[in-house]
Amino acid sequence: MLQQIIQILPQVIIDGLTLGFVYAVVAIGYTMVYGILELINFAHGDVFMTGSFIGAAVLFFMMSVGFLSSLPSLIVFIIVMAITAIVTGLMGVGIERVAYRPLRKRNAPKLIALITSIGISFVLEDVVRFFAELKTGNYIITSPPLFNQKMTLDIHSVMPVFNKITFQSSFILVFIVTIIMLIALDIFVNRTKWGMAMRAVAQDRETASLMSINVNRVISITFFVGSALGGATGVLFMIQYGTIDPYIGFILGIKAFTAAVLGGIGNIRGAMLGGILLGLLEMFAAANLSTITHGAMGAEYKDVFAFIILILVLIFKPEGLFGKAVVEKV
Amino acid sequence: MIFGWMNQFAQSKRSQIIFFAAYVVLTSLGLYFIQDSVIAFLLLLFSILILYYLKLSNKAKWIMGFLILAILVPLSASHGSAYQSYMEVGTLVGIYAAMSLGLNIVVGFAGLLDLGFIAFFAVGAYTYGIFASAQASKFMPFGHYPLPGDTFWLFIIAGALIASIFGILLGIPVLRVRGDYLAIVTLGFGEIIRIVLNNMDHPINITNGSMGISSITPPDFFGISIGNSSQFYYIVLAIFMVVMYIVTKLEDSKLGRAWKAVRDNEIAAQAMGIPLVRTKLAAFAIGASFSGMMGTVFAAKQMFVDATSFTYLESTMILVMVILGGMGSVPGVILGAAVVTILNTQVLTEISNWLNQLSTTGAIAIPDALSPAKMQRLIFGILLIVFALYRSQGLIPHKNKKVNAEELKKAASEGSSSPEAGSPSPETALVNESRTTGGVDL
Amino acid sequence: MKINRLIPFFAVAILVFGIISGCSSSKSSGGSGGKTVIKIATQTPLSGGSATLGDAIRKGAQLAIEDQKKAFAKKGFDLQVAPYDDQADPKKGVANAQLIAANKSILGVVGHLNSGVAIPSSEVYEKNNIVMVSPANTAVEVTERGMKTVNRICARDDFQGPSGASFAVKTLKAKKIFIIQDKTAYGSGLAQAFRDEAQKLGAKILGYEGITVGEKDFNGVLSQAAAQKPDLIYFGGVYAEGALIIKQARDKGLNIPIMGGDGMDSSSTVQIAGDAVKNVYFSTVVGDVTKTEKGKKFADAYKAKFGKNIESYSAYGYDSAAVLLEGLMKAIDKNGGKLPTREAVAQSVRGIKDYDGVASKVSFDSKGDNDYAKIYIYKFDKASYPATEITQISKKQ
Repeated sequence: MLQQIIQILPQVIIDGLTLGFVYAVVAIGYTMVYGILELINFAHGDVFMTGSFIGAAVLFFMMSVGFLSSLPSLIVFIIVMAITAIVTGLMGVGIERVAYRPLRKRNAPKLIALITSIGISFVLEDVVRFFAELKTGNYIITSPPLFNQKMTLDIHSVMPVFNKITFQSSFILVFIVTIIMLIALDIFVNRTKWGMAMRAVAQDRETASLMSINVNRVISITFFVGSALGGATGVLFMIQYGTIDPYIGFILGIKAFTAAVLGGIGNIRGAMLGGILLGLLEMFAAANLSTITHGAMGAEYKDVFAFIILILVLIFKPEGLFGKAVVEKV
Repeated sequence: MIFGWMNQFAQSKRSQIIFFAAYVVLTSLGLYFIQDSVIAFLLLLFSILILYYLKLSNKAKWIMGFLILAILVPLSASHGSAYQSYMEVGTLVGIYAAMSLGLNIVVGFAGLLDLGFIAFFAVGAYTYGIFASAQASKFMPFGHYPLPGDTFWLFIIAGALIASIFGILLGIPVLRVRGDYLAIVTLGFGEIIRIVLNNMDHPINITNGSMGISSITPPDFFGISIGNSSQFYYIVLAIFMVVMYIVTKLEDSKLGRAWKAVRDNEIAAQAMGIPLVRTKLAAFAIGASFSGMMGTVFAAKQMFVDATSFTYLESTMILVMVILGGMGSVPGVILGAAVVTILNTQVLTEISNWLNQLSTTGAIAIPDALSPAKMQRLIFGILLIVFALYRSQGLIPHKNKKVNAEELKKAASEGSSSPEAGSPSPETALVNESRTTGGVDL
Repeated sequence: MKINRLIPFFAVAILVFGIISGCSSSKSSGGSGGKTVIKIATQTPLSGGSATLGDAIRKGAQLAIEDQKKAFAKKGFDLQVAPYDDQADPKKGVANAQLIAANKSILGVVGHLNSGVAIPSSEVYEKNNIVMVSPANTAVEVTERGMKTVNRICARDDFQGPSGASFAVKTLKAKKIFIIQDKTAYGSGLAQAFRDEAQKLGAKILGYEGITVGEKDFNGVLSQAAAQKPDLIYFGGVYAEGALIIKQARDKGLNIPIMGGDGMDSSSTVQIAGDAVKNVYFSTVVGDVTKTEKGKKFADAYKAKFGKNIESYSAYGYDSAAVLLEGLMKAIDKNGGKLPTREAVAQSVRGIKDYDGVASKVSFDSKGDNDYAKIYIYKFDKASYPATEITQISKKQ
């Protein structure tokens, strides 16, 4: 039993990391908005989904023009990522304008934003589906293959306890791109003027506005960055898994939100680690649960396993793994 | 001037009653004669909302509301072919309204955000489903299953009890976490329950897994087998009335005030001697029990349960009803549940049918991808946004019971002077305005 | 009163106006040209995750109804289709069923896609004597409850699963099988039936794992499968997940045969899985429609009408509606050319024998199952749809 778990462990880690990176970047979108507005932007999962579709559209367009064959795929990829990030970023700003800012102005209860975000999710899902069906006749879109060379890492010959690992070259791409995005974001938040303004607004909105920080603009920028990251991850997702549909945002949104909370919501590094951890946990559970329980519980319990871990973490550390405990002043 | 006069007219009790009676008679006659008219049915239901705004004693409102719902609506709808379909809508509204009232205790009164509320509904549904079908004989060592239909009435209580036990189970880990962390724990709890129910077909077959439990025995009322929506309507109405009675009693009770205190400031509440643990657990348990009861009814009505009815989306839908109606406001929450349910089950279906009719007869040309039959969720999403933006405090916002200190003083010093005689005070004028907008929004 | 306060009012007013005109228009069209309107409802998911399949059924049914429109017009009836969206939700299905029951002009239903929706909804149909012909519900329980209105033209899980198993064990010589299922009523029903029969035939089941519908990453389960070195993977579920499993399994180096049920019978399987689809088998209830003259005509008409290639479920939908209309026509003739009752239609549909449809012949037995339901085993030799037929298995008598 143990032998089998160890044998497939490297492969499970690789697969878990792939999924975890996707979770991590989407979780950052949740956490950034939460840090500043204390509101859960449930539409974020669907921004991610829209990003993947925009990416697919751009890719198909470039294919029809003939760019795909004439340019190296890395450049195609960068162009697609850039366009998608900008479009979804602007979309995020638009969503904030339409659905959240009017509520903020009116001092509405915090939870009412939940309703607008659910409304936005429904609208995004259906609008994307309409366009996809109108253009292709099917809303499940398969992307043209990019970076799908198979790679094998034969660690079996070095360490015979492990099986060899196989993965797609897109895994390396996902790995590198997310790390670049995460580092860039960390620099942006911690080193730049706008980042400082964001942190200030997150800490105390009113005081920040007294310090001549344009709070509304900071919120717009937060939405832009969060949504752009979400959209870019959508492209990564499309390239890694090859197929997208308008409903991928829903499940992924829940998972990413879970990841953000696991790491301590509002904390960007926490969201990264929470996402990666959740991906690893899930993959491990899917691969090993039935081996461990001798078939009583199979891979279908992987979400149960992940949620139980989450609940346990929150019981012993109620502010998440990396969150700071807030002492409530009386 | 005219407005002032109209105000006065609208404030007078007699003219209100006359107006209301005329409205009810008109709409019920309308429904009676034009059976297919969904409008007449909805307008008749709307009378409950008007009733809520009338200047009548609470007792009179309760009696009239009960009469309209229990006698007038079924009676005037009963003559046409659409009878069962109206009653189905009524039943669903009742089920969701009771559940929203339950969630309202947790979210609205006690301020504990719960994203997995449907789990309790599932627990109630499965409790009846398992024992009222042959399923129980697959794992129970004793007893003869399915249990007969007259045990249904016991199962309503059993469903409530078991659901409240689950509520407490959820409450225990939750007590340590707060705010949005709580939201994710409850979400996780809801998903865990659903996935476990969907997978408990091995090693021991308890829920029959994803195949669901079918052929559930319908309830039995003194030898009459209950199978139609029109009969379930009365069961749901009765439970709903009980639930509503409990909630209105609870709201101003010691426990209710404790919940609100915990919601507004936990630390201050604790300092005032409110036992946090017990108060929060009570909220979870009572809220869950309403859901459990309705789950039992749901299983009996559908005669089939499987885990697809209890997804995370359903939990958010109930939360939407609560928030949309107005958190903490009992009439608001009921209205929210009614609006969302009626929209989803009846109005949007009718609209898409109508659009479809137009496109098949060629009045408007729509490409197939935009087929109106597929647009229900889109329209619903847009409506949610519109509602939330323009009624951001909820359809009927929550109002704390107010004691007007000045009037009390005045009354004490001047003896008796009725405030109704003079021109309306700013306070009542304000109330009036919120009334008109409240009415418009439906 | 500011203008923005009025906006919701306008929104509601438009809604209300919509309903009013909706009702009135349905009434005015009720007597169009002095003809009695007969409607056939379809109830399938038109929005949400399984909308492709649901929409294919609706389109197929619509085509059948339009084909028959003239024949019915001759007898003085105006035949129309009324599509309902059940959103794959049992509650919505039952509520729609009540609406269908309330609409007296509806004489029959084509649907559903999901057995979980069909079972509770059919309780309502049964009460109101509305005949239902199901193109896609394979769960045993659907017809096993002995309802007089519920019929299906597709094969049941307890026929399809075992047929697949005997093919896998006897023909493909699979000794060690790894089973994955999607935890829906359809997927688990099929996988269970397959597992039981495969075990009976002496194959070893290495694993029986569930996945979540809607997810895209199944590497965890597949790592486990790869470690156990099976010689066949069976998947109970639909193409959206199945095709990804095929692709990800091949990426893991699992170049063994993969087998599935009729849920894999879709052009999207090839589209998603690409070249990985080679060496994939599936059992299905419809033969290659385009092989027959009739089927080809249907496929062309479908393409011309909707601009899409047919899916397997399109033919099911067409045949379900056609069988329903055949029964309806007979009931009308029996009733002397007048509008028959719903009960008469239900009886007449149940009595259909040897109807020759596009995809399959149809004869209903006393439970409403199709006597001619056949299982076909297909194999993808290359990355193109439709696949090549390997063998046919007839219903065991």
